[in-house]
Amino acid sequence: MSEPVARIRRALGTWDAVVLLALVAVAVVGALTIEGVASPRFWRFVVLEAIPIALIALPMTLIVITGEIDLSVASVLGLTCSVMGQLWVSGVTSLPVLILLSLLLGGALGAVNGLFITGFGLPSLAVTIGTLALYRGLAYVVLGDRAVANYPTTWTTSAIQPLPGTTIPWMILVVAALAVVFAVVLHAMPIGRGLYAMGNNAEAARFAGVDVRLTKFWLFVASGAMSALAGVFWTLRFASARADNGSGLELAVVAAVLLGGVSIFGGRGALLGVLAAVALLGVLRNALQLAYVPANTLTVITGSLLIASVVGPNVAGMLRERLRRRRTTAPTVSPSS
Amino acid sequence: MPTPLLTLDGVSKSFGAVAALQDVRLELHAGEAHALVGENGAGKSTLVKILAGVHGPDAGTISLDGRPLQLSGPADARAAGIAVIYQEPTLFPDLSVAENIFMGRQPLRSLRRVDYAAMRTRAAELFARLGVRLDPDRPARGLSIADQQLVEIAKAISLDARVLVMDEPTAALSGIEVERLFAVARSLRDAGTAVLFISHRFDEVFALCQRITIMRDGRWVSTDPAGTLTVDEVVRRMVGREVSAMYPKQDTTPGDPLLQVSGLTRHGSFTDVTFTVHAGEIVALAGLVGAGRSEVSRAIFGVDRHDAGEVLLDGVRLPNGDTAAAIRAGLALVPEDRRQQGLVMELSVERNTNLPRRWSLARAGLLFGGAERSAAATWAQRLQVKAGRLTDPVSTLSGGNQQKVVLAKWLATAPRVLIVDEPTRGIDVGTKAEVHRLLSQLAADGVAVLMVSSELPEVLGMADRVLVMHEGRLTADIPRTRADEQSVMLAATGQAAAA
Amino acid sequence: MTALDTAPAETATTGGARLARRAFAVRELGIALALVLLVVVTTVVNPRFLSAQNLKDLLLGSTILAILAVGQAVVVITRNVDLSVGSVLGLSAFATGAVFVAVPGLPIPLMLVIGAALGAVLGAVNGGLIAAARVPALVVTLGTLYVFRGLDYMWATGRQINAADMPAAFLRMGTATVLGVPVLALFAAAVLVAVGYVLRNHRSGRELYAIGSDPAAARLSGIPSGRRVFYAFVTSGALAGLAGVLHAARFGTLDANAGLGTELNVVAAVVVGGVAIFGGSGSVYGAALGAVLLTTIRAALPVLGINPFWQDAAVGALILAAIGLDRALSARVARSLRERKAHV
Repeated sequence: MSEPVARIRRALGTWDAVVLLALVAVAVVGALTIEGVASPRFWRFVVLEAIPIALIALPMTLIVITGEIDLSVASVLGLTCSVMGQLWVSGVTSLPVLILLSLLLGGALGAVNGLFITGFGLPSLAVTIGTLALYRGLAYVVLGDRAVANYPTTWTTSAIQPLPGTTIPWMILVVAALAVVFAVVLHAMPIGRGLYAMGNNAEAARFAGVDVRLTKFWLFVASGAMSALAGVFWTLRFASARADNGSGLELAVVAAVLLGGVSIFGGRGALLGVLAAVALLGVLRNALQLAYVPANTLTVITGSLLIASVVGPNVAGMLRERLRRRRTTAPTVSPSS
Repeated sequence: MPTPLLTLDGVSKSFGAVAALQDVRLELHAGEAHALVGENGAGKSTLVKILAGVHGPDAGTISLDGRPLQLSGPADARAAGIAVIYQEPTLFPDLSVAENIFMGRQPLRSLRRVDYAAMRTRAAELFARLGVRLDPDRPARGLSIADQQLVEIAKAISLDARVLVMDEPTAALSGIEVERLFAVARSLRDAGTAVLFISHRFDEVFALCQRITIMRDGRWVSTDPAGTLTVDEVVRRMVGREVSAMYPKQDTTPGDPLLQVSGLTRHGSFTDVTFTVHAGEIVALAGLVGAGRSEVSRAIFGVDRHDAGEVLLDGVRLPNGDTAAAIRAGLALVPEDRRQQGLVMELSVERNTNLPRRWSLARAGLLFGGAERSAAATWAQRLQVKAGRLTDPVSTLSGGNQQKVVLAKWLATAPRVLIVDEPTRGIDVGTKAEVHRLLSQLAADGVAVLMVSSELPEVLGMADRVLVMHEGRLTADIPRTRADEQSVMLAATGQAAAA
Repeated sequence: MTALDTAPAETATTGGARLARRAFAVRELGIALALVLLVVVTTVVNPRFLSAQNLKDLLLGSTILAILAVGQAVVVITRNVDLSVGSVLGLSAFATGAVFVAVPGLPIPLMLVIGAALGAVLGAVNGGLIAAARVPALVVTLGTLYVFRGLDYMWATGRQINAADMPAAFLRMGTATVLGVPVLALFAAAVLVAVGYVLRNHRSGRELYAIGSDPAAARLSGIPSGRRVFYAFVTSGALAGLAGVLHAARFGTLDANAGLGTELNVVAAVVVGGVAIFGGSGSVYGAALGAVLLTTIRAALPVLGINPFWQDAAVGALILAAIGLDRALSARVARSLRERKAHV
């Protein structure tokens, strides 16, 4: 294929850099122009808000790279919150046990998705729209419209405890550790090579000995477990389990993953860009809030960024292709044209 | 000669840095069948796509009846009376056969409504003319390739086309179906249609066509009346040099049986296939397209599951439907469809080369860039892959070099049994000879090679033994000394079970 | 036709083809049966479920979802998806209120046209980006979901428009009936029949199916795919805009949250209605039936004495069952078509 196409590809390869740069620019400009952005308190809020999104975005990145999608993540989060609340109410008072049961539940919910998608060969978009409704519905079945909020205050404070000497919650270390794990799996392990291969061409991957179905199944299990972990954090942070916890979060996660440069068709993208996009959206939202920009303006900005991130490279590619064609045709233009 | 109906003059087209067509000319006359021949990669399909309005030429002119013709899309080509039957049928699986034929031109009744009854009747008439039984109401999903091809032909006929382009329409058809197609093509030709016929089967070319245009490497070579040419001359011009050194088969003595297939059955594809390939042996698997050869190799490799029978590699049974296990056991498959099965086109040469052995390249479960790069570089060098950088997407390579990457990818796993499915399809002559030399060398080194091929000269030139399949069954096992065109063709068409 | 002789058509309608045809009809029939079954069971438990008032409420409740589902089906048939419909509805609903505040005497039909036109413009933004810049619909409409909703918020700035701000005649339309049938349901029926007619009987409608069935083949066949997909999104937008006006008439109170989160309900209705999520098959009738079925389930659960909190879960289970059954059915059809070939 052509040199321009290759050049575009290389440019896309550095999309991570573009998002990172945008993040730094927004942070610097924000700190210089908006009062409060430079304060430690600001970053504490940004991080607290970004943690659940980042946790879910990690497996989502891998899933989208394989060409699938999981829209049920926020409902898994909500159902986990409900079940955790119900367990607490019915006398399970050990936090480690609650966390373990939550993760198991999340994994099982993810396994149901995986079974429908890889076992029966159904499209993940449709299946996870179904389980989005199903899991959220079950969350209501478990907890109704009650809120369980009488957790020990020590739990809450421990969840959002800052790192010594800073205001940044220690949970960021958990996120960072998990991010490293996912990054290594995706970028430095044989499994990761298989993920990109199946996202681009599942048949060729199969011919190269990649077990496409089994891999995807486990990715959905991982997605469920990570969403459950986000649910645990959500419950502890707000000291409140409600059936509607995190509702609508799936779109925020998908938006961050796509803005981070992962192709919705699969086969392309990197974790660094996605994490940068999660941070970018978080900083932007909080900074604009401090600047008294209505929260809703940010919705417009999020959407526009998302569209620009896919339209931009495409239009640039088409323009370059057109330019190239004009150049090659120029000397021998046919008389009729 | 009167004014040509359709003229291409000085047409060039390139995709990125690759020049697919350079200064090509072609003249089609009403009432004449014109053959376009050339090796795979000679630019025939690009030429077809230009005629179909899919690609616009970078330079040159197309004229119809002597007037310049601008084709800015397939709709323009159709309006100009150019109908194209593609190599691979392009049907809408969810729609009925009748609707497939008339899409965009459905007969209308009052209020511009689609007249389903008329559409059905006209489709049935078309099928009756073609002498086939096809229900116009059934969906196109599930039609065999031959039936799909017939729907395409019906579509082209219904267009009342002035120019009918057929891009290898017979590749998947049986003898009777080809005869039927030719009858239709002749009657269209005699009714004044200009037919452009593209085929690899020279008997068909000479049976149908009055003139032959030969292309090579994206360039026009010659156009002559068919009567003044011989098959040998056509081949010589296509290839551009003598082809004697094509099959450098070394004699080897077969060793132990490495691949033993017994009673292998997959319902609907093949039945009770039993054979053995020994170390150092090249065994060809011949037969017509659709005889089940690729299906057998897929099942051996574990890409598809089989319903009965077993596959032994050096005496050890391979688990059913487990490609990774087959690779670990020392089996490799170079598949038929390079773009869809052999390579992940968007990934780099390096990633493609290392994909099957990504686990064995890892140290402590991790892959390190340096090790990956040197592993890929070694094989790229050994097979003389011409690529800008190993990190370039494999889609930027030429067909021949892509095939080398597929071979490198599998040879790197150090297989003991190598299955190659159409190893030289669509690659240039030079690379072809290299591939043959490589296969021969591998056999000499003790690898058991199973070669699926539709090219008889390749089968006869390379194989120690020829297995022939017909309609899902093995019909013959012919040793090299007794294999010739006739014995293989008879077994392939099911007319004789040579033993 | 050319000089070839034409023999009488020999149309062999085989078992496989019959089964395939039946499978197409079965989709809508299956949903209709499920609907009837649900109504019958619920009525047996509580005969008042079938009262005139309750039926009217059911139809009213289904109307807006059904109109959105019809528009969505047009898009999904082309192998695309429109996630922005909820936001388009919200924007159009608020616009309705705002226009009535500004021009109190505006004729109601004109308001309907304005709403649909606004929706069409928003749909054109979606369609333009998708067709011209060749970017995936999922991403674009996820983006415009945010953008349109954000514009809605920015416009509303926390205001609420109340019933008192809108003409009484307009609000009456929201609950009025003709021969017992709600006027709004008549709108939905008109939309359904019109769109269904075009999809079935018009060449452009058939081309939408072709595009969804095999986009590459559609291009080779000279179908103006870009233009068709563009108009599919304009249609979906216009119907969402219309639904916004009807939403205003029905509920009377408007803030920027109208239709929030509706998009997934709409996609659910379409999928339950038997429209394949990867395009090429299904019908708007099925989609509308899907919308009615989802609404009926929500209404029937409390009547059946089931905790209403089961609503969402039931919808989710229904979606999974619908796509699962569809898959099983098409696999059977495919097998029977292959076997037929083997016999000839």
